[in-house]
Amino acid sequence: MDRRTFLKTLGAGIVGLSLTPSGVMAKMADGRVEFMGVLVDTTRCIGCRSCELACAEANGLPLPDIEDDSVFEHERRTTVTQWTVVNRYETEKGEVFVKKQCMHCCQPACVAACPVKAMQKRPYGPVTWDLNCIGCKTCIFSCVYDIPHLEIEKPAPKIQKCIFCWERLKEGKLPACVEACPQEALIFGTRRELLEEARTRIYEHPDRYVHHIYGEREIGGTCWLYLSSVPFDQIGFRTDLESTALPEHTTGFLYAVPFILVLWPAILLGMYNTTKREEE
Amino acid sequence: MQAAATREIRNLKDLVAFIRSELKPKGKILTPFNVITAPILAIGLGLIVYRFIFGLGTVVHEVPGFPWGIWIGFNIMSGVAFAGGAYVLTFVVYILRSEKYHPIIRPTVLNGFLAYLFYAGVIVVDCGRWWNITNPILGNKFGVNAVLFLIAWHFLLYMLTELVEFSPAIAEWLGLKKVRRILNSMTIGAVIFGITLSTLHQSGLGALIMMGKPNIHPLWWTEYIPVLFFVSSIFAGLSMVIFEGSISLRVFGRQMTEEYRREYPDIVVGLAKTCAAVMFVYLFLKALVLIHGRHWDLLNTPMGYWYLTEVVGLVLIPCLMFAKGVRSRNLTIIRVAALLTMAGIIINRCNYVFIAYKWYVPLSERYIPTLAETWIAFTVVLAHIWTFRWIVNRMPVYREVPEWAKEEEEEKIIRKEVAQWKASRM
Repeated sequence: MDRRTFLKTLGAGIVGLSLTPSGVMAKMADGRVEFMGVLVDTTRCIGCRSCELACAEANGLPLPDIEDDSVFEHERRTTVTQWTVVNRYETEKGEVFVKKQCMHCCQPACVAACPVKAMQKRPYGPVTWDLNCIGCKTCIFSCVYDIPHLEIEKPAPKIQKCIFCWERLKEGKLPACVEACPQEALIFGTRRELLEEARTRIYEHPDRYVHHIYGEREIGGTCWLYLSSVPFDQIGFRTDLESTALPEHTTGFLYAVPFILVLWPAILLGMYNTTKREEE
Repeated sequence: MQAAATREIRNLKDLVAFIRSELKPKGKILTPFNVITAPILAIGLGLIVYRFIFGLGTVVHEVPGFPWGIWIGFNIMSGVAFAGGAYVLTFVVYILRSEKYHPIIRPTVLNGFLAYLFYAGVIVVDCGRWWNITNPILGNKFGVNAVLFLIAWHFLLYMLTELVEFSPAIAEWLGLKKVRRILNSMTIGAVIFGITLSTLHQSGLGALIMMGKPNIHPLWWTEYIPVLFFVSSIFAGLSMVIFEGSISLRVFGRQMTEEYRREYPDIVVGLAKTCAAVMFVYLFLKALVLIHGRHWDLLNTPMGYWYLTEVVGLVLIPCLMFAKGVRSRNLTIIRVAALLTMAGIIINRCNYVFIAYKWYVPLSERYIPTLAETWIAFTVVLAHIWTFRWIVNRMPVYREVPEWAKEEEEEKIIRKEVAQWKASRM
């Protein structure tokens, strides 16, 4: 591991942790795996869009022209060919650049919604998509960050979204965007350590940051975490999200299903027999 | 028409010949209805084929953030609610044994079956990767914790159940005595299974959208969406029965017996009474949810007015109209109330799918259905109506069952009485 990679990675060499044989993903001493994540420090981002280019290169997407600053005129969303975008916001503290991509929720709604497990939460955290998808779009409907997109212009569409460079992680490499960032605005590590790091930064520079780590609790927490110098609603984040993970909204219904499936026929059969006796 | 009753089908050759003769159109071909709907159907079917070859984007505009449109909101969500009449009436007739509603059970079950067939069929059109559509049933990776997985299975099983419930009519049409006897004996099992499945997937369609909580306007989102969907499917289904019945009376009137025509107003009044009662329960639940949600301040916003339009204009008012119609035995008021109720259901389901969904997105970036998309939506409705008409004109749905089937029913009653008599002597 060279010095640059080391700076962008937290956790290597900390007691109780060891890097997996493959490289950057951490395993606990007892063999359990942890969610990996990325801490985005928006105070460090300069809007160079190197991450956009690196993402496109790594994932075989059309390469964006990162010299073209006109893209900042409008807030952009991710698309089927742009898994990550950097937006510029005018805030009370001036211009702020914010990278946007899949947040890789700890308990993702898109995964819980998928009837064929095409959308999957990998043990290390990435949310990935597979070809057995039926294209029902329930994942898109359930996502609050507006991330998965279906290529509806194609006869054989795929769901396109950031997959946290899952293949690269398995090869022991960093996510392409993290590797490309010249400002160290993106740091890769276990989610637990990133939270510690984020809290440390807030503690050491209480005036530089708002005292909130976006993604710590939002809809059950996300693997990608954000620090900001201005309130998050000024830089395009939803601030109306509760801490309840979205899949929990359907567990009540799902628990009721086996009961109804067993009790209903019994009750109906009972009623059927009761009315029968009255008739005779 | 009488062929089924008089003709004997002894072997496969007879069967093929019979079905061939039945495939020919009956009655006038150049009716105004046919002249108007046939071209719509033809173009619509063409559009569907086009969509399958060249992709969803050819008929649907891409609106980022709005994955579902009228196919889901109107065809599937509303269509399935309207098909609810089948499980409600089979419950009333077979479980509660209210013979009063027996005459309308067959058209209702047929209508329900076709609704599932066609509107579940719309899922295939809407799914981007439709060739994988069997994956929740036959695949090797089951998303057993997903609500949609459950709905997929329930749709399939419920379609089979309704087919079994309707199948004696098919056996009567084909003149298959033994088969009819077997199918008839399966009815009660199918009814019980069907009601259970309906309870689960009517509410399941509500559970499907629950995970989108932050995306759905707080006036609409509640943890009781599944209950509301289930309760509303009762009066949605019965309104559809009233609506379909009053049209059928005009179109298929000649097939109906005098007795049926005499009893029909009573049936409608009875259905309207049930509708009014269930709608009252629904409104009560809606009020509870509103009070517990503590969002009443939102009522005084544009979305609040829209909410009131739905709940007051298209639930409370038709509910009162149903009650009025029952008291004055006025079928016209009841029919108008049924239409309003159905409009309310369509708006309610579409609210969850794309209107109150992401209500904060400005109109210019919102989903608005395209012409081709709307065309396909109506094509499916027309295909449903054409198939319904084809079957009603051939099988004993409204018309009387053939003589032999009647005799069989009488024999069954006699056998039962004999058995009882014997038992009482012991």
